Amino acid sequence: MGWDRNQMAARAAQELQDGWYVNLGIGIPTLVSNYIPDGVNVTLQSENGMLGMGPFPYEGEEDPDLINAGKQTITELPQTAFFDSAQSFAMIRGGKIAMAILGGMEVSEKGDLANWMVPGKLVKGMGGAMDLVAGVGRVVVVMDHTSKHGDSKVLKDCTLPLTGKGVVNRIITNLGVLDVVPGGLKIVECADGVTEDELRKATEATIVN
Amino acid sequence: MSKVYASATEALDGLLFDGMTIAAGGFGLCGIPELLIAAIREAGTKDITIASNNCGVDGFGLGVLLESRQIRKMISSYVGENAEFMRQYLSGELELEFNPQGTLAERMRAGGAGIPGFYTATGVGTVIAEGKDHKDFNGKTYILETGLVMDLSIVKAWKADPSGNLVFRKTARNFNPPAATCGKICVVEVEEIVPLGSIDPDHIHLPGIYVHRIIQGQHEKRIEQRTVRKREAV
Repeated sequence: MGWDRNQMAARAAQELQDGWYVNLGIGIPTLVSNYIPDGVNVTLQSENGMLGMGPFPYEGEEDPDLINAGKQTITELPQTAFFDSAQSFAMIRGGKIAMAILGGMEVSEKGDLANWMVPGKLVKGMGGAMDLVAGVGRVVVVMDHTSKHGDSKVLKDCTLPLTGKGVVNRIITNLGVLDVVPGGLKIVECADGVTEDELRKATEATIVN
Repeated sequence: MSKVYASATEALDGLLFDGMTIAAGGFGLCGIPELLIAAIREAGTKDITIASNNCGVDGFGLGVLLESRQIRKMISSYVGENAEFMRQYLSGELELEFNPQGTLAERMRAGGAGIPGFYTATGVGTVIAEGKDHKDFNGKTYILETGLVMDLSIVKAWKADPSGNLVFRKTARNFNPPAATCGKICVVEVEEIVPLGSIDPDHIHLPGIYVHRIIQGQHEKRIEQRTVRKREAV
């Protein structure tokens, strides 16, 4: 019941529009690049200083000077451009990137996102996530709807420290798709085999019609 | 006066002192000034504050200065790759100031460009905004961040000419140009020093005005996450 990681990524790929510049986060969002629809050309930005990110290299062709924001070796494409970190975040902050697809730990009905730290646990840092959610045109969060214990991660208010306040536009989970609208969240669609009732029960946030 | 020095140690001569501030280029282990970091370790300079996106890994990059307890404080956006970092941080030996990645890059750029502060929407409504000046522009809230000016910049480029004009390679550029500009003195290590006139002036990424000392050396260029795909059968 519901979508697996690859199905969530495939659903997120439907959000992409031809000609867009897009930033994909680490985890499930990285898988989105495997499902970009035919006829849709998007340019992937890597915030360490690259537009036009290609696939992973073949073995033996890794270049230590060519990595993505997850520090993985990657390749370039004919349209690739390189630039420094200040310019990279100038295009993010300046609203030139149409969409970011990011992972999440919690999202609230007001579009708040928490995805960078759990108090009391190892804190690694926010990297570029705060800049991305504050700057890009549209923020889509892809994550599991509930925790391992069954608690909703789609909440009235986030309990974890925020990455951004009122920044999320759409949430794609294993149970369905919800939009952040005035007054709460609106169900866009249910995942395969999931009823609207099940989606509502798994959601702590206010759902509006 | 020549900008070219014979070794990292000679290039840093007279520039290091306890309690100093340093901006370092690099993202992860990509484009880090590994030779200058090793020379700072040799010099034994203490209580250093370093602005760098990351802090290397155990045993390589800025990680070697953690092992020798030479770093007092890091200004970084992500430090997750380093067990010794976490040990020192959790035990209170090491101070850490998290900056969002773009805010850190812009603080370096601004500092080097003579801009003492700038407003950004990044971090509004988060712990990053606490205690910072808030101001609305056109109905949207921004916070004030300050430009960084450091005692020294340590930078890695691909090529330099003797006047200090620099060319970087692929994603190894990253924080190196903004870090180079925000230091009172900038020392650069390169893979190759090429003759004057051999870099097309239109292809220079950072002009030599920002660069005071240059060394050429051999770089290990360690890969942090080697990720490959299989060749499809023909």
